[in-house]
Amino acid sequence: MIEMRDLSKTFTVRVKAGRLRREKRTIAAVDGVSLSIGRGEMVGYIGPNGAGKSTTLKMLTGVLTPTSGEVSVCGLRPVPQRTALALRIGVVFGQRSQLWWDLPLRDSFRLLRAVYRVPAAEHEARLRRCCELLDLDGFLDIPVRQLSLGQRMRGELTAALLHGPEVLFLDEPTIGLDVVSKQAVRSFLGELGRTGDVTLVLTTHDLADIERLCHRLVVIDHGRVVHDGTIEQLHARYGSRRRLVADLDSPLPPGFVLPGATMTGTEADGHRVTFTLESITAGAAVAALVTAAQVRDLSVVEPDIEDVVARLYTDGRSAEGRSAEG
Amino acid sequence: MGELRAYAALFGGRLRSATAYRASFAVELVTNAAGTAIDVATVFVFYRTAAVVGGFTLDEALLMTGITAFAFVLADLTVGNIDQLETYVRTGRLDAVLVRPLAVLPQLVLADLPLRKLMRLAVGLSVLGVALARNDIDWTAGRVLLLVTAPISGAVLFGAIFVLSAATAFWWVDSGKLGHGFTYGGRDFTSYPITVYGSWFRTLFAYGLGFGFVSYQPALTLLGRADPLGLPAWAGYLSPLVALAAVGVAAVVWRSGVRHYRSTGS
Repeated sequence: MIEMRDLSKTFTVRVKAGRLRREKRTIAAVDGVSLSIGRGEMVGYIGPNGAGKSTTLKMLTGVLTPTSGEVSVCGLRPVPQRTALALRIGVVFGQRSQLWWDLPLRDSFRLLRAVYRVPAAEHEARLRRCCELLDLDGFLDIPVRQLSLGQRMRGELTAALLHGPEVLFLDEPTIGLDVVSKQAVRSFLGELGRTGDVTLVLTTHDLADIERLCHRLVVIDHGRVVHDGTIEQLHARYGSRRRLVADLDSPLPPGFVLPGATMTGTEADGHRVTFTLESITAGAAVAALVTAAQVRDLSVVEPDIEDVVARLYTDGRSAEGRSAEG
Repeated sequence: MGELRAYAALFGGRLRSATAYRASFAVELVTNAAGTAIDVATVFVFYRTAAVVGGFTLDEALLMTGITAFAFVLADLTVGNIDQLETYVRTGRLDAVLVRPLAVLPQLVLADLPLRKLMRLAVGLSVLGVALARNDIDWTAGRVLLLVTAPISGAVLFGAIFVLSAATAFWWVDSGKLGHGFTYGGRDFTSYPITVYGSWFRTLFAYGLGFGFVSYQPALTLLGRADPLGLPAWAGYLSPLVALAAVGVAAVVWRSGVRHYRSTGS
Protein backbone atom coordinates (compact mmCIF):
# COMPACT_ATOMS: atom_id res chain seq x y z
CA MET A 1 0.00 0.00 0.00
CA ILE A 2 2.81 2.37 0.95
CA GLU A 3 6.38 2.00 -0.25
CA MET A 4 9.27 4.27 0.63
CA ARG A 5 12.76 3.63 -0.61
CA ASP A 6 15.66 5.74 0.59
CA LEU A 7 13.31 8.64 1.02
CA SER A 8 15.02 11.90 1.99
CA LYS A 9 14.06 15.51 2.41
CA THR A 10 16.56 18.23 3.08
CA PHE A 11 15.86 21.85 3.81
CA THR A 12 18.28 24.69 3.43
CA VAL A 13 18.04 27.21 6.18
CA ARG A 14 19.87 30.44 6.62
CA VAL A 15 21.32 30.89 10.04
CA LYS A 16 22.87 33.96 11.52
CA ALA A 17 26.64 33.85 11.49
CA GLY A 18 27.92 37.14 12.72
CA ARG A 19 26.20 40.49 12.60
CA LEU A 20 25.25 40.61 8.95
CA ARG A 21 26.52 37.40 7.49
CA ARG A 22 24.11 34.56 7.05
CA GLU A 23 25.19 31.07 6.43
CA LYS A 24 23.34 28.50 4.37
CA ARG A 25 23.03 25.21 6.12
CA THR A 26 21.44 22.03 4.89
CA ILE A 27 19.33 20.05 7.30
CA ALA A 28 18.15 16.53 6.56
CA ALA A 29 14.63 16.33 8.01
CA VAL A 30 14.18 12.83 6.61
CA ASP A 31 17.33 10.93 5.87
CA GLY A 32 17.03 7.74 3.86
CA VAL A 33 13.83 6.18 5.17
CA SER A 34 12.80 2.84 3.67
CA LEU A 35 9.51 1.36 4.80
CA SER A 36 6.84 -0.85 3.40
CA ILE A 37 3.32 -0.80 4.80
CA GLY A 38 0.72 -3.32 3.72
CA ARG A 39 -3.04 -3.04 3.30
CA GLY A 40 -4.95 -2.83 6.56
CA GLU A 41 -1.90 -2.30 8.73
CA MET A 42 -2.04 0.14 11.61
CA VAL A 43 1.30 1.81 12.03
CA GLY A 44 2.34 4.20 14.74
CA TYR A 45 5.02 6.63 13.71
CA ILE A 46 6.76 8.25 16.64
CA GLY A 47 9.80 10.32 17.37
CA PRO A 48 10.82 13.42 19.27
CA ASN A 49 9.99 16.89 18.01
CA GLY A 50 11.75 17.58 14.75
CA ALA A 51 12.50 13.92 14.10
CA GLY A 52 10.91 14.03 10.66
CA LYS A 53 7.51 12.45 11.34
CA SER A 54 5.39 15.17 9.82
CA THR A 55 7.81 15.66 6.95
CA THR A 56 7.47 11.98 6.05
CA LEU A 57 3.70 12.20 6.23
CA LYS A 58 3.72 15.28 4.02
CA MET A 59 5.80 13.49 1.40
CA LEU A 60 3.37 10.56 1.49
CA THR A 61 0.40 12.85 0.93
CA GLY A 62 1.92 14.91 -1.88
CA VAL A 63 2.33 18.09 0.16
CA LEU A 64 6.11 18.07 0.02
CA THR A 65 8.36 17.04 -2.84
CA PRO A 66 11.03 14.53 -1.73
CA THR A 67 14.63 15.60 -2.24
CA SER A 68 15.60 12.09 -3.22
CA GLY A 69 14.38 8.52 -3.03
CA GLU A 70 11.19 6.90 -4.13
CA VAL A 71 7.74 6.89 -2.64
CA SER A 72 4.47 5.37 -3.73
CA VAL A 73 1.08 5.32 -2.06
CA CYS A 74 -1.80 3.24 -3.48
CA GLY A 75 0.50 2.66 -6.45
CA LEU A 76 0.66 6.39 -7.18
CA ARG A 77 3.49 8.87 -6.90
CA PRO A 78 2.25 11.47 -4.42
CA VAL A 79 3.48 14.74 -5.93
CA PRO A 80 2.97 14.23 -9.68
CA GLN A 81 -0.31 12.38 -9.09
CA ARG A 82 -1.43 14.47 -6.15
CA THR A 83 -5.08 14.95 -7.08
CA ALA A 84 -5.60 11.31 -8.09
CA LEU A 85 -4.06 10.23 -4.81
CA ALA A 86 -6.10 12.72 -2.79
CA LEU A 87 -9.27 10.90 -3.83
CA ARG A 88 -7.98 7.68 -2.29
CA ILE A 89 -6.45 8.87 0.96
CA GLY A 90 -7.78 10.67 3.99
CA VAL A 91 -5.67 13.12 5.95
CA VAL A 92 -6.11 14.58 9.39
CA PHE A 93 -3.46 17.13 10.25
CA GLY A 94 -4.32 17.99 13.84
CA GLN A 95 -3.40 21.62 13.34
CA ARG A 96 -4.75 22.23 9.83
CA SER A 97 -8.47 22.18 9.53
CA GLN A 98 -10.30 20.74 6.54
CA LEU A 99 -13.53 22.35 7.73
CA TRP A 100 -15.16 25.65 6.78
CA TRP A 101 -14.65 27.85 9.79
CA ASP A 102 -17.79 29.98 9.45
CA LEU A 103 -20.20 27.29 8.33
CA PRO A 104 -22.06 24.63 10.31
CA LEU A 105 -20.29 21.29 10.42
CA ARG A 106 -23.04 19.78 8.28
CA ASP A 107 -22.27 22.24 5.46
CA SER A 108 -18.58 21.32 5.49
CA PHE A 109 -19.53 17.69 4.98
CA ARG A 110 -21.84 18.63 2.13
CA LEU A 111 -19.10 20.68 0.46
CA LEU A 112 -16.61 17.86 0.86
CA ARG A 113 -19.02 15.50 -0.82
CA ALA A 114 -18.86 17.75 -3.89
CA VAL A 115 -15.08 18.16 -3.64
CA TYR A 116 -14.52 14.40 -3.52
CA ARG A 117 -17.40 13.62 -5.91
CA VAL A 118 -18.98 11.02 -3.64
CA PRO A 119 -22.33 9.47 -4.67
CA ALA A 120 -25.12 10.68 -2.37
CA ALA A 121 -26.04 7.24 -1.00
CA GLU A 122 -22.45 6.37 -0.06
CA HIS A 123 -22.00 9.78 1.55
CA GLU A 124 -25.16 9.37 3.62
CA ALA A 125 -24.20 5.90 4.81
CA ARG A 126 -20.71 6.94 5.89
CA LEU A 127 -21.91 10.11 7.53
CA ARG A 128 -24.54 8.21 9.49
CA ARG A 129 -21.96 5.72 10.69
CA CYS A 130 -19.55 8.46 11.77
CA CYS A 131 -22.35 10.35 13.53
CA GLU A 132 -23.15 7.19 15.45
CA LEU A 133 -19.61 6.27 16.43
CA LEU A 134 -18.36 9.79 17.11
CA ASP A 135 -21.60 11.15 18.51
CA LEU A 136 -21.77 14.14 16.19
CA ASP A 137 -25.52 14.69 16.15
CA GLY A 138 -25.49 17.26 18.94
CA PHE A 139 -23.33 19.76 17.06
CA LEU A 140 -23.86 19.18 13.34
CA ASP A 141 -25.61 22.52 12.99
CA ILE A 142 -23.13 24.63 14.92
CA PRO A 143 -20.54 26.71 13.01
CA VAL A 144 -17.13 25.12 13.23
CA ARG A 145 -15.59 28.18 14.90
CA GLN A 146 -17.85 27.61 17.90
CA LEU A 147 -16.97 23.95 18.38
CA SER A 148 -14.71 22.75 21.15
CA LEU A 149 -11.40 21.24 20.09
CA GLY A 150 -12.67 17.74 20.82
CA GLN A 151 -15.81 18.28 18.77
CA ARG A 152 -13.82 19.79 15.94
CA MET A 153 -11.39 16.88 15.89
CA ARG A 154 -14.30 14.45 15.64
CA GLY A 155 -15.52 16.57 12.74
CA GLU A 156 -12.08 16.43 11.11
CA LEU A 157 -12.01 12.65 11.39
CA THR A 158 -15.41 12.40 9.74
CA ALA A 159 -14.31 14.84 7.03
CA ALA A 160 -11.30 12.65 6.26
CA LEU A 161 -13.40 9.50 5.96
CA LEU A 162 -16.45 10.57 3.99
CA HIS A 163 -14.91 9.61 0.66
CA GLY A 164 -13.98 6.14 1.87
CA PRO A 165 -10.18 6.44 1.72
CA GLU A 166 -7.94 3.39 1.45
CA VAL A 167 -5.26 4.96 3.60
CA LEU A 168 -5.81 7.30 6.51
CA PHE A 169 -2.94 9.53 7.63
CA LEU A 170 -3.27 11.11 11.03
CA ASP A 171 -0.80 13.68 12.24
CA GLU A 172 -1.20 14.02 16.01
CA PRO A 173 -4.92 13.31 16.06
CA THR A 174 -5.21 13.49 19.84
CA ILE A 175 -3.03 16.52 20.50
CA GLY A 176 -4.62 18.91 22.95
CA LEU A 177 -7.70 16.77 23.53
CA ASP A 178 -9.14 16.02 26.95
CA VAL A 179 -9.22 12.45 28.23
CA VAL A 180 -12.78 11.78 27.15
CA SER A 181 -12.26 13.04 23.62
CA LYS A 182 -9.01 11.10 23.36
CA GLN A 183 -10.87 7.96 24.32
CA ALA A 184 -13.59 8.67 21.77
CA VAL A 185 -11.05 9.22 18.99
CA ARG A 186 -9.03 6.15 19.93
CA SER A 187 -11.94 3.79 20.14
CA PHE A 188 -13.23 5.11 16.82
CA LEU A 189 -9.87 4.52 15.15
CA GLY A 190 -9.65 1.10 16.77
CA GLU A 191 -13.07 0.25 15.37
CA LEU A 192 -11.96 1.49 11.96
CA GLY A 193 -8.81 -0.61 12.08
CA ARG A 194 -10.62 -3.77 13.03
CA THR A 195 -12.54 -3.76 9.76
CA GLY A 196 -9.19 -4.12 7.97
CA ASP A 197 -10.24 -2.04 4.96
CA VAL A 198 -8.29 1.04 5.92
CA THR A 199 -4.54 1.32 6.26
CA LEU A 200 -3.77 3.65 9.11
CA VAL A 201 -0.60 5.63 9.68
CA LEU A 202 -0.50 7.90 12.67
CA THR A 203 2.10 10.11 14.24
CA THR A 204 1.74 10.98 17.85
CA HIS A 205 3.46 12.06 21.01
CA ASP A 206 0.93 10.20 23.07
CA LEU A 207 2.18 6.67 23.40
CA ALA A 208 -1.15 5.52 24.77
CA ASP A 209 -2.45 6.06 21.23
CA ILE A 210 0.10 3.58 19.97
CA GLU A 211 -0.43 1.03 22.73
CA ARG A 212 -4.16 1.07 22.11
CA LEU A 213 -4.11 1.09 18.33
CA CYS A 214 -0.97 0.04 16.58
CA HIS A 215 0.56 -3.36 16.16
CA ARG A 216 3.51 -1.91 14.45
CA LEU A 217 5.67 0.85 15.76
CA VAL A 218 8.15 2.85 13.73
CA VAL A 219 10.46 5.08 15.72
CA ILE A 220 12.25 7.82 13.83
CA ASP A 221 14.95 10.10 15.12
CA HIS A 222 17.05 12.59 13.21
CA GLY A 223 15.29 11.53 10.05
CA ARG A 224 16.28 7.88 10.35
CA VAL A 225 14.29 4.84 11.34
CA VAL A 226 15.70 3.58 14.62
CA HIS A 227 13.09 0.92 15.28
CA ASP A 228 10.52 -0.88 13.17
CA GLY A 229 8.54 -3.67 14.77
CA THR A 230 6.03 -4.52 17.46
CA ILE A 231 6.02 -2.92 20.89
CA GLU A 232 7.22 -6.23 22.40
CA GLN A 233 10.17 -6.25 20.03
CA LEU A 234 11.00 -2.76 21.11
CA HIS A 235 11.14 -3.84 24.73
CA ALA A 236 13.22 -6.88 23.88
CA ARG A 237 15.64 -5.00 21.71
CA TYR A 238 16.28 -2.15 24.04
CA GLY A 239 16.42 -4.49 26.99
CA SER A 240 13.70 -2.62 28.69
CA ARG A 241 14.68 -2.39 32.27
CA ARG A 242 12.44 -3.88 34.87
CA ARG A 243 12.44 -2.36 38.31
CA LEU A 244 12.49 -4.11 41.63
CA VAL A 245 10.68 -2.30 44.44
CA ALA A 246 11.27 -3.61 47.93
CA ASP A 247 9.73 -2.62 51.26
CA LEU A 248 12.20 -3.19 54.05
CA ASP A 249 11.86 -3.48 57.82
CA SER A 250 15.06 -1.52 58.27
CA PRO A 251 17.11 0.52 55.80
CA LEU A 252 19.90 -1.17 53.88
CA PRO A 253 23.37 -1.03 55.41
CA PRO A 254 25.32 1.99 54.14
CA GLY A 255 27.49 1.21 51.13
CA PHE A 256 25.27 -1.62 49.97
CA VAL A 257 25.77 -2.33 46.28
CA LEU A 258 23.73 -4.66 44.15
CA PRO A 259 25.93 -5.75 41.23
CA GLY A 260 24.22 -5.39 37.87
CA ALA A 261 21.59 -3.01 39.19
CA THR A 262 21.37 0.63 40.15
CA MET A 263 19.48 2.04 43.05
CA THR A 264 17.15 4.58 41.47
CA GLY A 265 15.12 5.62 44.46
CA THR A 266 14.61 5.50 48.18
CA GLU A 267 11.50 6.48 50.03
CA ALA A 268 10.25 6.53 53.60
CA ASP A 269 13.70 6.95 55.15
CA GLY A 270 15.09 4.01 53.24
CA HIS A 271 12.21 1.69 54.06
CA ARG A 272 11.33 1.45 50.40
CA VAL A 273 14.02 1.13 47.75
CA THR A 274 13.85 0.84 43.98
CA PHE A 275 16.48 -0.87 41.87
CA THR A 276 16.64 -0.74 38.13
CA LEU A 277 17.80 -4.14 36.92
CA GLU A 278 20.45 -3.99 34.24
CA SER A 279 22.45 -7.20 34.00
CA ILE A 280 21.00 -9.11 36.89
CA THR A 281 17.91 -11.28 36.96
CA ALA A 282 15.07 -10.45 39.29
CA GLY A 283 15.70 -13.68 41.16
CA ALA A 284 19.38 -12.97 41.82
CA ALA A 285 18.53 -9.43 42.88
CA VAL A 286 15.97 -10.68 45.39
CA ALA A 287 18.44 -13.22 46.72
CA ALA A 288 21.07 -10.52 47.23
CA LEU A 289 18.57 -8.21 48.91
CA VAL A 290 17.31 -10.70 51.48
CA THR A 291 20.83 -11.34 52.70
CA ALA A 292 21.33 -7.63 53.33
CA ALA A 293 18.05 -6.62 54.96
CA GLN A 294 14.68 -7.88 56.20
CA VAL A 295 12.41 -7.70 53.15
CA ARG A 296 8.72 -7.31 53.89
CA ASP A 297 7.33 -6.95 50.41
CA LEU A 298 8.62 -7.10 46.86
CA SER A 299 7.33 -6.21 43.45
CA VAL A 300 8.77 -6.26 39.96
CA VAL A 301 7.54 -3.42 37.77
CA GLU A 302 7.38 -3.99 34.02
CA PRO A 303 8.77 -1.16 31.91
CA ASP A 304 6.31 1.06 30.17
CA ILE A 305 6.71 2.24 26.66
CA GLU A 306 7.19 5.87 27.63
CA ASP A 307 10.41 5.01 29.43
CA VAL A 308 11.69 2.89 26.58
CA VAL A 309 11.07 5.58 24.05
CA ALA A 310 12.48 8.31 26.25
CA ARG A 311 15.66 6.26 26.56
CA LEU A 312 15.71 5.64 22.85
CA TYR A 313 15.58 9.39 22.20
CA THR A 314 18.29 10.27 24.68
CA ASP A 315 20.54 7.46 23.38
CA GLY A 316 20.18 8.91 19.90
CA ARG A 317 21.09 12.36 21.21
CA SER A 318 24.21 11.20 23.04
CA ALA A 319 25.30 9.09 20.05
CA GLU A 320 25.07 12.21 17.93
CA GLY A 321 27.00 14.17 20.52
CA ARG A 322 29.80 11.65 20.38
CA SER A 323 30.00 11.63 16.61
CA ALA A 324 30.10 15.42 16.59
CA GLU A 325 33.02 15.42 18.98
CA GLY A 326 34.88 12.67 17.14
CA MET B 1 -17.58 17.81 -15.06
CA GLY B 2 -17.31 16.55 -11.50
CA GLU B 3 -14.49 18.96 -10.93
CA LEU B 4 -16.57 21.88 -12.16
CA ARG B 5 -19.29 20.92 -9.72
CA ALA B 6 -16.68 20.77 -6.98
CA TYR B 7 -15.51 24.29 -7.79
CA ALA B 8 -19.13 25.48 -7.92
CA ALA B 9 -19.64 24.01 -4.45
CA LEU B 10 -16.54 25.82 -3.18
CA PHE B 11 -17.92 29.05 -4.62
CA GLY B 12 -21.19 28.40 -2.81
CA GLY B 13 -19.30 27.77 0.40
CA ARG B 14 -17.46 31.05 -0.01
CA LEU B 15 -20.73 32.93 -0.56
CA ARG B 16 -22.27 31.45 2.56
CA SER B 17 -19.14 32.10 4.62
CA ALA B 18 -19.06 35.74 3.50
CA THR B 19 -22.68 36.26 4.39
CA ALA B 20 -22.33 34.47 7.73
CA TYR B 21 -21.63 37.88 9.20
CA ARG B 22 -24.32 39.75 7.36
CA ALA B 23 -23.99 43.22 8.82
CA SER B 24 -20.23 43.42 8.53
CA PHE B 25 -20.39 42.15 4.96
CA ALA B 26 -22.87 44.90 4.05
CA VAL B 27 -20.71 47.56 5.68
CA GLU B 28 -17.63 46.32 3.85
CA LEU B 29 -19.49 46.32 0.56
CA VAL B 30 -20.45 49.97 0.97
CA THR B 31 -17.11 51.25 2.30
CA ASN B 32 -15.33 49.44 -0.48
CA ALA B 33 -17.49 51.10 -3.12
CA ALA B 34 -16.82 54.45 -1.50
CA GLY B 35 -13.08 53.77 -1.60
CA THR B 36 -13.25 52.99 -5.30
CA ALA B 37 -15.27 56.11 -6.01
CA ILE B 38 -12.46 58.12 -4.44
CA ASP B 39 -9.94 56.34 -6.70
CA VAL B 40 -11.92 57.33 -9.75
CA ALA B 41 -12.36 60.89 -8.49
CA THR B 42 -8.56 61.14 -8.29
CA VAL B 43 -8.33 60.43 -12.01
CA PHE B 44 -10.90 63.11 -12.82
CA VAL B 45 -9.14 65.61 -10.59
CA PHE B 46 -5.90 64.87 -12.40
CA TYR B 47 -7.52 65.42 -15.79
CA ARG B 48 -9.15 68.65 -14.61
CA THR B 49 -5.74 70.21 -13.98
CA ALA B 50 -4.34 69.36 -17.40
CA ALA B 51 -5.82 70.16 -20.78
CA VAL B 52 -3.76 67.65 -22.69
CA VAL B 53 -2.24 64.46 -21.28
CA GLY B 54 0.82 63.14 -23.07
CA GLY B 55 -0.48 64.41 -26.40
CA PHE B 56 -4.02 63.09 -25.91
CA THR B 57 -7.22 64.94 -25.19
CA LEU B 58 -8.86 64.31 -21.84
CA ASP B 59 -11.59 62.17 -23.38
CA GLU B 60 -9.08 60.03 -25.25
CA ALA B 61 -7.05 59.55 -22.12
CA LEU B 62 -10.22 58.71 -20.21
CA LEU B 63 -10.82 55.81 -22.60
CA MET B 64 -7.50 54.31 -21.48
CA THR B 65 -8.46 54.86 -17.86
CA GLY B 66 -11.82 53.18 -18.50
CA ILE B 67 -10.39 50.07 -20.15
CA THR B 68 -7.83 49.76 -17.36
CA ALA B 69 -10.41 50.31 -14.62
CA PHE B 70 -12.71 47.61 -15.98
CA ALA B 71 -9.89 45.14 -16.70
CA PHE B 72 -8.35 45.64 -13.29
CA VAL B 73 -11.59 45.27 -11.41
CA LEU B 74 -12.29 41.98 -13.22
CA ALA B 75 -8.89 40.65 -12.16
CA ASP B 76 -9.11 42.06 -8.65
CA LEU B 77 -12.55 40.52 -8.09
CA THR B 78 -11.33 37.07 -9.02
CA VAL B 79 -7.68 36.66 -8.06
CA GLY B 80 -7.17 39.91 -6.14
CA ASN B 81 -6.87 38.08 -2.83
CA ILE B 82 -4.28 35.58 -4.03
CA ASP B 83 -1.70 37.57 -2.08
CA GLN B 84 -3.17 35.73 0.92
CA LEU B 85 -0.96 32.87 -0.27
CA GLU B 86 1.76 34.37 1.87
CA THR B 87 -0.31 33.61 4.98
CA TYR B 88 -1.05 30.09 3.78
CA VAL B 89 2.64 29.46 3.25
CA ARG B 90 3.78 31.06 6.47
CA THR B 91 1.28 29.22 8.64
CA GLY B 92 1.42 25.96 6.69
CA ARG B 93 -2.31 26.11 5.99
CA LEU B 94 -1.49 25.26 2.40
CA ASP B 95 -1.12 21.65 3.59
CA ALA B 96 -4.88 21.39 3.90
CA VAL B 97 -5.32 22.73 0.37
CA LEU B 98 -2.77 20.32 -1.09
CA VAL B 99 -4.43 17.19 0.28
CA ARG B 100 -7.65 17.89 -1.61
CA PRO B 101 -8.27 16.40 -5.04
CA LEU B 102 -8.38 19.78 -6.78
CA ALA B 103 -5.85 22.20 -8.25
CA VAL B 104 -4.29 24.57 -5.74
CA LEU B 105 -4.81 27.91 -7.46
CA PRO B 106 -8.58 27.65 -8.08
CA GLN B 107 -9.08 26.44 -4.52
CA LEU B 108 -7.27 29.44 -3.11
CA VAL B 109 -9.01 31.83 -5.48
CA LEU B 110 -12.43 30.49 -4.47
CA ALA B 111 -11.60 30.35 -0.78
CA ASP B 112 -10.63 34.01 -0.65
CA LEU B 113 -12.85 35.51 -3.35
CA PRO B 114 -12.99 39.23 -2.46
CA LEU B 115 -16.76 39.49 -2.66
CA ARG B 116 -16.79 42.75 -0.76
CA LYS B 117 -15.15 44.38 -3.80
CA LEU B 118 -18.23 43.53 -5.85
CA MET B 119 -19.40 47.14 -6.13
CA ARG B 120 -16.14 48.09 -7.80
CA LEU B 121 -17.36 46.28 -10.89
CA ALA B 122 -20.11 48.87 -11.32
CA VAL B 123 -17.62 51.69 -10.84
CA GLY B 124 -15.17 50.21 -13.37
CA LEU B 125 -17.93 49.66 -15.91
CA SER B 126 -19.28 53.16 -15.56
CA VAL B 127 -15.89 54.79 -16.12
CA LEU B 128 -15.58 52.79 -19.34
CA GLY B 129 -19.15 53.70 -20.30
CA VAL B 130 -18.55 57.42 -19.80
CA ALA B 131 -15.30 57.23 -21.78
CA LEU B 132 -17.02 55.47 -24.70
CA ALA B 133 -19.84 58.00 -24.74
CA ARG B 134 -17.46 60.97 -24.80
CA ASN B 135 -15.37 59.73 -27.71
CA ASP B 136 -16.55 59.70 -31.29
CA ILE B 137 -15.66 56.13 -32.23
CA ASP B 138 -16.13 54.83 -35.76
CA TRP B 139 -17.58 51.40 -34.85
CA THR B 140 -16.47 48.52 -37.05
CA ALA B 141 -16.79 44.80 -36.35
CA GLY B 142 -13.10 44.73 -35.44
CA ARG B 143 -13.48 47.55 -32.96
CA VAL B 144 -16.53 45.98 -31.30
CA LEU B 145 -14.50 42.80 -30.91
CA LEU B 146 -11.63 44.83 -29.50
CA LEU B 147 -13.92 46.41 -26.93
CA VAL B 148 -14.64 42.91 -25.61
CA THR B 149 -11.17 41.36 -25.92
CA ALA B 150 -9.15 44.30 -24.60
CA PRO B 151 -10.62 44.46 -21.07
CA ILE B 152 -10.68 40.67 -20.80
CA SER B 153 -7.07 40.34 -21.97
CA GLY B 154 -6.13 43.14 -19.63
CA ALA B 155 -7.86 41.32 -16.79
CA VAL B 156 -5.99 38.12 -17.63
CA LEU B 157 -2.67 40.00 -17.71
CA PHE B 158 -3.39 41.66 -14.36
CA GLY B 159 -4.49 38.26 -13.01
CA ALA B 160 -1.23 36.66 -14.16
CA ILE B 161 0.73 39.45 -12.47
CA PHE B 162 -1.28 38.97 -9.27
CA VAL B 163 -0.45 35.26 -9.34
CA LEU B 164 3.19 35.85 -10.18
CA SER B 165 3.72 38.33 -7.40
CA ALA B 166 1.87 36.12 -4.91
CA ALA B 167 3.96 33.10 -5.93
CA THR B 168 7.13 34.79 -4.71
CA ALA B 169 5.93 33.76 -1.24
CA PHE B 170 6.87 30.16 -2.08
CA TRP B 171 10.53 31.18 -2.11
CA TRP B 172 10.46 34.22 0.06
CA VAL B 173 7.86 34.01 2.75
CA ASP B 174 8.06 37.61 3.86
CA SER B 175 7.69 38.98 0.35
CA GLY B 176 5.13 41.34 1.88
CA LYS B 177 3.67 44.00 -0.37
CA LEU B 178 6.48 43.83 -2.90
CA GLY B 179 4.13 42.46 -5.55
CA HIS B 180 1.79 45.42 -5.18
CA GLY B 181 4.30 47.51 -7.11
CA PHE B 182 3.48 45.43 -10.14
CA THR B 183 -0.25 44.92 -9.62
CA TYR B 184 -1.52 48.24 -8.32
CA GLY B 185 1.48 49.92 -9.91
CA GLY B 186 0.58 48.32 -13.24
CA ARG B 187 -2.97 49.59 -12.93
CA ASP B 188 -1.79 53.12 -12.25
CA PHE B 189 0.69 52.89 -15.12
CA THR B 190 -1.97 51.92 -17.65
CA SER B 191 -4.53 54.41 -16.36
CA TYR B 192 -2.78 57.16 -18.34
CA PRO B 193 -1.38 57.34 -21.87
CA ILE B 194 2.06 55.78 -21.69
CA THR B 195 3.48 58.78 -23.55
CA VAL B 196 3.57 60.62 -20.22
CA TYR B 197 6.30 58.37 -18.83
CA GLY B 198 10.08 58.58 -19.12
CA SER B 199 11.52 56.40 -21.79
CA TRP B 200 13.41 53.56 -20.01
CA PHE B 201 10.64 53.23 -17.44
CA ARG B 202 8.07 53.16 -20.22
CA THR B 203 9.97 50.55 -22.21
CA LEU B 204 10.19 48.28 -19.18
CA PHE B 205 6.56 48.52 -18.09
CA ALA B 206 4.82 48.96 -21.44
CA TYR B 207 6.73 46.47 -23.58
CA GLY B 208 8.78 44.42 -21.10
CA LEU B 209 5.89 43.62 -18.80
CA GLY B 210 3.23 44.10 -21.48
CA PHE B 211 1.21 46.83 -19.73
CA GLY B 212 1.20 48.94 -22.90
CA PHE B 213 -1.19 46.42 -24.43
CA VAL B 214 -3.78 46.63 -21.66
CA SER B 215 -5.31 49.97 -22.60
CA TYR B 216 -2.93 52.19 -24.55
CA GLN B 217 -2.64 50.21 -27.79
CA PRO B 218 -6.30 49.06 -27.86
CA ALA B 219 -7.49 52.62 -27.17
CA LEU B 220 -5.42 53.94 -30.08
CA THR B 221 -7.02 51.38 -32.37
CA LEU B 222 -10.51 52.17 -31.08
CA LEU B 223 -9.90 55.86 -31.66
CA GLY B 224 -8.25 55.29 -35.05
CA ARG B 225 -5.16 57.24 -33.97
CA ALA B 226 -1.61 56.50 -35.05
CA ASP B 227 0.78 55.57 -32.25
CA PRO B 228 3.12 58.50 -31.51
CA LEU B 229 5.56 55.86 -30.29
CA GLY B 230 5.54 54.14 -33.66
CA LEU B 231 3.80 50.76 -33.24
CA PRO B 232 1.47 49.85 -36.16
CA ALA B 233 -2.33 49.93 -35.79
CA TRP B 234 -2.67 46.15 -35.45
CA ALA B 235 -0.69 46.32 -32.20
CA GLY B 236 -4.03 47.10 -30.57
CA TYR B 237 -5.14 43.55 -31.26
CA LEU B 238 -2.09 41.97 -29.63
CA SER B 239 -3.37 42.09 -26.07
CA PRO B 240 -4.74 38.50 -26.01
CA LEU B 241 -1.30 37.22 -27.07
CA VAL B 242 0.45 39.31 -24.44
CA ALA B 243 -2.03 38.02 -21.84
CA LEU B 244 -1.46 34.42 -22.90
CA ALA B 245 2.29 34.81 -22.64
CA ALA B 246 1.89 36.24 -19.14
CA VAL B 247 -0.36 33.32 -18.18
CA GLY B 248 2.28 30.90 -19.47
CA VAL B 249 4.99 32.48 -17.36
CA ALA B 250 2.71 32.65 -14.31
CA ALA B 251 1.74 28.98 -14.71
CA VAL B 252 5.35 27.83 -14.87
CA VAL B 253 6.37 29.91 -11.87
CA TRP B 254 3.31 28.83 -9.87
CA ARG B 255 3.93 25.14 -10.52
CA SER B 256 7.53 25.33 -9.55
CA GLY B 257 6.50 27.35 -6.50
CA VAL B 258 4.10 24.64 -5.31
CA ARG B 259 6.93 22.10 -5.65
CA HIS B 260 9.09 24.42 -3.60
CA TYR B 261 6.60 24.65 -0.78
CA ARG B 262 8.28 23.78 2.51
CA SER B 263 5.32 23.65 4.86
CA THR B 264 5.93 24.27 8.55
CA GLY B 265 6.50 22.10 11.55
CA SER B 266 3.39 20.99 13.34
